[in-house]
Amino acid sequence: MNTSTYRDAVRSGIRDALLKDPRVFLMGEDVGKYGGSYAVSKGLLAEFGPDRIRDTPLSESTFVGAGIGAALGGMRPIVEVMTVNFSLLALDQIVNNAATIRHMSGGQFSIPLVIRMATGAGRQLAAQHAHSLEGWYAHIPGLRILAPATVEDARGMLQPALDDPDPVLIFEHQTLYNMEGPLGDDGKRVDIERAAVRRPGADLTLITYGGTLGKTLQAAEMVAAEGIDAEVIDLRSLRPLDMPTVLESVRKTHRAVVVDEGWKSGSLSAEIVTRLVEQAFYDLDAPLARVCTAEVPIPYPKHLEDAAVPQPSAIADAVRAVIGHRG
Amino acid sequence: MTDDDVRRLREMLRIRRFEEKCAELYSAGKIRGFLHLYIGEEAVAVGAMRALESEDAVVATYREHGHALARGIPMDRLMAEMYGKREGCSRGRGGSMHVFDARTRFYGGNAIVGGGLPIAVGLALADKMLRRPRVTACFFGDGAVAEGEFHESMNLAALWKLPVLFLCENNLYAMGTRLDRAQSQTDLAAKARAYLMTAESVDGMDVVSVEHAATRAAEAVRRGEGPVFLELRTYRFRAHSMFDAELYRDKSEVETWKVRDPIAALITSLKARDAATDAVVAEAEQAVSAEVERSVQFAEAGTWEPVDDLTRDVYTPIEQPAGVRP
Repeated sequence: MNTSTYRDAVRSGIRDALLKDPRVFLMGEDVGKYGGSYAVSKGLLAEFGPDRIRDTPLSESTFVGAGIGAALGGMRPIVEVMTVNFSLLALDQIVNNAATIRHMSGGQFSIPLVIRMATGAGRQLAAQHAHSLEGWYAHIPGLRILAPATVEDARGMLQPALDDPDPVLIFEHQTLYNMEGPLGDDGKRVDIERAAVRRPGADLTLITYGGTLGKTLQAAEMVAAEGIDAEVIDLRSLRPLDMPTVLESVRKTHRAVVVDEGWKSGSLSAEIVTRLVEQAFYDLDAPLARVCTAEVPIPYPKHLEDAAVPQPSAIADAVRAVIGHRG
Repeated sequence: MTDDDVRRLREMLRIRRFEEKCAELYSAGKIRGFLHLYIGEEAVAVGAMRALESEDAVVATYREHGHALARGIPMDRLMAEMYGKREGCSRGRGGSMHVFDARTRFYGGNAIVGGGLPIAVGLALADKMLRRPRVTACFFGDGAVAEGEFHESMNLAALWKLPVLFLCENNLYAMGTRLDRAQSQTDLAAKARAYLMTAESVDGMDVVSVEHAATRAAEAVRRGEGPVFLELRTYRFRAHSMFDAELYRDKSEVETWKVRDPIAALITSLKARDAATDAVVAEAEQAVSAEVERSVQFAEAGTWEPVDDLTRDVYTPIEQPAGVRP
């Protein structure tokens, strides 16, 4: 087993897909000559040429829509949007077309399209480059939403996403690109239907995904020193949610905390908590809790950005509070 | 009178009589939702479709009954779609605004103004990458010209020399907003030329002019010369939808345009050349009337999808292969 950065793992997944299927191509802003705004696609232009590594104008709506059209025309496009905030310029194409055409056409046309984008805070990029809006997309029937949190998933989620006949959005947390982790050489496929238990535990279930997985695992180690054995679940797929895995864990631990870099109001964390209340109410020994981003646009200064988003200490505090609760 | 003349006449009549029936059925409560009639603009769809080959693709708007019929979607399945019946061309899920048909490569039925243009660009991109000599015909109205997606799509299609035939149906009104109240530049072809695209303005009330211009344009697109833009100058005789009191235009303006009714104009020009026209028109009217009646019977006899199937076609069932086979 070798190690790799998350960035190199994403690139490796894209490269494998390009080698395997001539219908696959990558399209987006600065994916070619520039090498990708997060350097994910660096070197791919030289290897695959400008037909398959396509630099686009700054026209999010049209290059995402062109991805939809190309998918309808028999290609397997990977569209890169620089960051989730920019994807709002393509919201019409994603929500009104990609997610609806199969339904509106009575099942005649599927859209085998993959859209990748960076998400999340942590690099002092302020309020137009650092939000976590994947929960919004998870609201939409017709889409599949993935959030690779590990180096292995960063590479291994792409091929199953491309094999999916319907549109898949992959959210890569921007603080993860430099993360190093183990990566097998077998190009193993990831089961994108299933959440993963990243740390087994008996006392409480921590439910998270993407950029907050590492922080949540740190928090689990912090409370482990105090004798609290937390289980950590990485959702991996935000739509559909793998509730069987979550429920199995919560029915064992009887306590849960959801960690989500989105805001609380109308959020993915709200959805998970609601489903636990609906489906596991009598299994719970304590009120559910959430650690989310403060209800503020992401601020620029480091100390305020850190204070806005979930941190290991806040997660550990939430765990202690839930464990300490004696209903 | 040539066979082509008869076909042009008959195709326009099919659209006109189908939509008149739709308006009637709307009043009767058989068709619901939004219903946007194309009456007055028939020459555009009929002329343009005659320039296309079967392997070409069509992207249309929410005012697309004319395009669907002219493209060859069977009238009975279109009428069943208007009813929302399972036998409709989109299984009833789309209705009037979302007509889709894989067999004729008809990709909607898009009711977000301007939203179809990027899809047309992508369909053409696939054809270019797969080296298929196909044309994607993209219909949109003058209202779409105000959308950012129009400008982005014009630029990208021209930049990448994609085989798109942009067909702008300028009926002078974006719902109730007249072109000169929405655009600083009302010469729409000039906007396409700004992207270095070949562009032409055509009399959209004359089916032969439309057909000739569209044929020339489609040939250039198919040869790989890049996208072409046609502005088809036309007029909507009816209200925007069934809920429109038409406060924004004078009745006299509508009457002036009705003098140029594309169907009446074609008949007049044929009569000037051929004494047998009256009989041909009567025969065409009769055939169309029978077809419309059959389509109503088909839709009436259609079935409602069971509520148990409510959530089907949100995702592709796993056993079904991805996409549509090219």
